[in-house]
Amino acid sequence: MALRTCCRYAVMISHSRRDPFNLMPPAIDVRQARKRYGQLQALDGVDLRIEQGEFVGLLGPNGAGKTTLINLLAGLALPDDGQLSILGHNVVKQYRASRRVLGVVPQELAFDPFFTVRETLRLQSGFFGLRRNDAWINEVMRHLDLTGKADTNMRRLSGGMKRRVLVAQALVHKPPVIVLDEPTAGVDVELRQSLWRFIQQLNREGHTILLTTHYLEEAEALCTRIAMLKHGRIVALDSTQNLLSNLAGCRVRLKLAGCLPVALLPHVVEQTNSDYLLALPTYQALESVLAELRMAGVAVQEMTLQQSDLEEVFLRLVGRTVQ
Amino acid sequence: MLSFYSLLYKEVFRVWKVGFQTVLAPVLTALLYLLIFSHVLAQHVEVYPGVHYTAFLIPGLMMMAMLQNAFANSSSSLIQSKITGNIVFVLLAPIAYWEFFAAYVLASMLRGLVVGIGVYLAALWFAQPPLQFPIWIIVFAVLGSAMLGSLGVVAGMWAEKFDQLAGFQNFIIMPLTFLSGVFYSIHSLPPFWQELSRFNPFFYVIDGFRYGFFGVSDISPWVSLMVTSGCMLGLTLLSLALLKSGYKLRY
Ligand SMILES: Nc1ncnc2c1ncn2[C@@H]1O[C@H](COP(=O)(O)OP(=O)(O)O)[C@@H](O)[C@H]1O
Ligand SMILES: [Mg+2]
Repeated sequence: MALRTCCRYAVMISHSRRDPFNLMPPAIDVRQARKRYGQLQALDGVDLRIEQGEFVGLLGPNGAGKTTLINLLAGLALPDDGQLSILGHNVVKQYRASRRVLGVVPQELAFDPFFTVRETLRLQSGFFGLRRNDAWINEVMRHLDLTGKADTNMRRLSGGMKRRVLVAQALVHKPPVIVLDEPTAGVDVELRQSLWRFIQQLNREGHTILLTTHYLEEAEALCTRIAMLKHGRIVALDSTQNLLSNLAGCRVRLKLAGCLPVALLPHVVEQTNSDYLLALPTYQALESVLAELRMAGVAVQEMTLQQSDLEEVFLRLVGRTVQ
Repeated sequence: MLSFYSLLYKEVFRVWKVGFQTVLAPVLTALLYLLIFSHVLAQHVEVYPGVHYTAFLIPGLMMMAMLQNAFANSSSSLIQSKITGNIVFVLLAPIAYWEFFAAYVLASMLRGLVVGIGVYLAALWFAQPPLQFPIWIIVFAVLGSAMLGSLGVVAGMWAEKFDQLAGFQNFIIMPLTFLSGVFYSIHSLPPFWQELSRFNPFFYVIDGFRYGFFGVSDISPWVSLMVTSGCMLGLTLLSLALLKSGYKLRY
């Protein structure tokens, strides 16, 4: 964890050195993006700015519009209104430049049954104008445990293996901006772990990552910022830490030498004898709790802070469970 | 440029991997037509003086096979990619819409021309049509397969299911080819049908193509050249405009 933070710093520093006047375009810039499908407003004025080197989670219930937003970024769908750009390249007007710097892992599993894994990756390199790409293709296959299947026809791969190829295809051109649309849906634990190791390594090397996932622990562990989408609107956009602390507040477990002052009773979630679990709206509220205890003359024998997890934040904002 | 070349490679590779269906089957079909029609009609019909009916049939059958296969190539490749979803890999890549068009049409032309040559070689066993003006043969072969390759791109974009594409093939491509003078000269038709044939672009492609072999045709090859080039140009512009707008490909 410490290593990761330290490396992220290195990325930021190298960026600021190269760009002392902050002229670097954001990795992803979405302004007032709107998209309608018939009667349904799939995206309703989305604003999202992601700086280079960030690792951002895009969360939201099914049908919130996550895939639609990604499709607009990738040029797979065209916006009704609004501006979207990747590293400063408008996705409609400068589509070739914007696609060259973007790697997308689509949500839907797709493959070409005429080719083997290696042929698929060579062909995809060719689509991106890369001729001799075998060294990188081999490295990507190694990271995704695909080396043993390099010469197997796509048709013969299991679903999980096909998903790995889908990830590999998105990475053939070493895109500075990588978007993954539920890459771990229905995928075994092993792949999830090797995939995250690889994606984190890419992020440390300076690649920007935007990720949608149904596994909130994943988002919590990986992403430094989180955007939450609901009914085609961004309902929260903040650092993961802020979301967890400000929005959901915190929980304090207290072991007291006496009784809890009456004023604090509304915060109680659980109580066994003199053990209390309090839910507080913010960390600041902790101060008043301690002040209240001091005034009542009740000594604190033990105190532990529990962080709420993203699941709670999610429930609060989106108002239902993820699946 | 490499993106274009890769897409072309993919499209051509796809054809050869199933070469049995894509090349041999249409050659066999053309031979069956040749066998049956020449056997039934050879004693009764002499379209152009001095030209044996079996020889007369060969250019028409070649062109019919070229047109149908050029169309089938781009249209079926597109609809397959759309239905299986793997078109996404092309759509995600920095491939310009005109590179996309050029790759699909060139692959279609290649298949059309190879099938055409296959029919010719196989048919030589039955009759040997003369080769009066090879340049006209080449020009119409290229224009005809390009025209149907483009039409295939349009149809492949438009169709959402296989049966819609089959409908396009059965209700538009097939009638137009059969009524274009593959098996006869339109001068042998009643006046009404003769007039109607003049609205069929495929008639001009076949008539001009046949002129290259026999040096005689129903109408001037220059007229056929103009009509064929016009149609090809129109379809090219239409498919380029549709591709640029992302019609039914980028939602
Ligand atoms: N091509 C389409 N045609 C019609 N409706 C669509 C299309 N794509 C998405 N939608 C609708 O837009 C909404 C958002 O979908 P999507 O972006 O896939 O959500 P998410 O990825 O967050 O689950 C859904 O209600 C979906 O049914
Ligand atoms: Mg989705």
